[in-house]
Amino acid sequence: MKNNPFIGLYIIMAVLLVLPFVLPNSFYVDLAIRMAINAVIVLGLNLLIGFAGQISLGHAGFLGIGAYASAVLPTHLGWHPLLAMVAGALAAGLLAAVLARPIFKLKGHYLAMATLGLGIIINIVVRTEAAWTGGPDGMPVPAFSLAGFEISGDKHWYWIAAVLLSVSVWASLNLIDSPFGRALRALHGSEVASKVVGVDVLRYKVAIFVMSAMFASIMGSVTAHYVGFVTPNLADFFHSIELVTMVVIGGMASVYGSVVGAVLLTALPQALTSFEGWETVVFGSILMLCMIFMPKGLVPTLAAKFGKGE
Amino acid sequence: MALLEVKDLSIHFGGVKAVQNVSFSIDAGIVYAVIGPNGAGKTTLFNLITGIYTPTTGTITLDGESIGGKAPDELARRGMARTFQNLQICMNMNAIENVMVGAHLRLDRNLFKAALRWPALRAKDKDLHAEAAELMRFVGLGAYINARADSMPYGALKRLEIARALAMKPRMIFLDEPAAGLNPKETIEVDALVRKVADSGVTVVLVEHDMKMVMNLSDRILVLDYGKKLTEGTGAEVRRNPDVIAAYLGAHA
Repeated sequence: MKNNPFIGLYIIMAVLLVLPFVLPNSFYVDLAIRMAINAVIVLGLNLLIGFAGQISLGHAGFLGIGAYASAVLPTHLGWHPLLAMVAGALAAGLLAAVLARPIFKLKGHYLAMATLGLGIIINIVVRTEAAWTGGPDGMPVPAFSLAGFEISGDKHWYWIAAVLLSVSVWASLNLIDSPFGRALRALHGSEVASKVVGVDVLRYKVAIFVMSAMFASIMGSVTAHYVGFVTPNLADFFHSIELVTMVVIGGMASVYGSVVGAVLLTALPQALTSFEGWETVVFGSILMLCMIFMPKGLVPTLAAKFGKGE
Repeated sequence: MALLEVKDLSIHFGGVKAVQNVSFSIDAGIVYAVIGPNGAGKTTLFNLITGIYTPTTGTITLDGESIGGKAPDELARRGMARTFQNLQICMNMNAIENVMVGAHLRLDRNLFKAALRWPALRAKDKDLHAEAAELMRFVGLGAYINARADSMPYGALKRLEIARALAMKPRMIFLDEPAAGLNPKETIEVDALVRKVADSGVTVVLVEHDMKMVMNLSDRILVLDYGKKLTEGTGAEVRRNPDVIAAYLGAHA
């Protein structure tokens, strides 16, 4: 553990600083923004799945809550976008908190089923409440403005996403190496041992579930404002699976793995467009090969290979 | 008054009466051993006292307070620590982090302060790291301070569990077969370690099959057989008891 765990963060920040000056056109800037947004969501999800060892197959549902809060509340009720974002995060957090206690009495497959159901319900709600949400067609999202300054265009959103990503990586690194983070990892490693040393296991599971749900909701709001339009696809089952795949491919319980997983899986579909119709097959094959040869995920496998722990 | 008092304790799993009407008390500061043939209910008794199982009937009193049926984390707050017969080490963490997690209740566990790298919290964590390293040296794991838990041999992991329990600064420590699976040399070392722990003022309760170690260390011994209390007393008393001899060697008809 002689390695400074923050070296990766400095590299990420350096890349983020240089990137806007080397990217050839706005297509790549857009891709970079979506990578960064996904990375923040995946960081939160990895704290839950990788570090605390609790699966969530409904996380896109929380993303949807944030996104639709930012779309619906300003449009229909005239709320300020910032207030709508906070309200979305609180709603997602509250829903997670209320459901977490019964949900975390479950383990393994049952927990997966329960969170899966939660995500699907949220998705059905936004699809069905068409008067408010535009139904399957989605709805436009008003621009985000703060103190008379309107945030719009790739340039603004790039720097916002860059700052959010850097802060999230920093906060995640701090968290895992703290009494709270150790308790989380301990209840993953041995639930009974962590109970015996005094960890209130259920409380910790609830806390990290709520936190990652709020993370997802805020990033859902950011996505909605950035894209300017929301559709129920943002909150659907496939998106939940995509987020979990990013965690697994990048590396469970790896902060930098979350970033790498999000970056790769956001870029991969773009890189595969030349396969015309076969891209999903190639995409799936790459995922399978990754899991066969690097079951621990990219970053932990490579870190072990080159002999430096994270 | 005794530190721990157990009265008429029983637990039934369906029709199996794993522990039946067991009563005993443990004074503060002693080494107390629980022995008995395989399946006698020793680990079940530990699980009852440390809150893993809820008793069917009976009472457990710690320092005058009834603790029967309380959750393990509540018992941890009352100074009760334990190790496990089948290792319960967090293999996803470093060795020293396993020890540090033992100090969980003594630390500031705030999520936001942690995420924001709160200076006071970091400073305390740094102190704890040094304290945990010291504990690892105390249990004889000085060579593993920077090791990953999943790279350590079995004997070392047994001691790591003891170090984690000691990080709680407990009043009472329950050791479930600390010498099981160890070679004779390691057994002697664990023997000495348990003595050191007891001398530091912690009340030790021990389940162990190694009779030499039990006789050597224990102030008092409880003998269980088929979930029932066979006898209780000093090493010399227990050794002379014909019921104990019968339980271990088989009675002559």
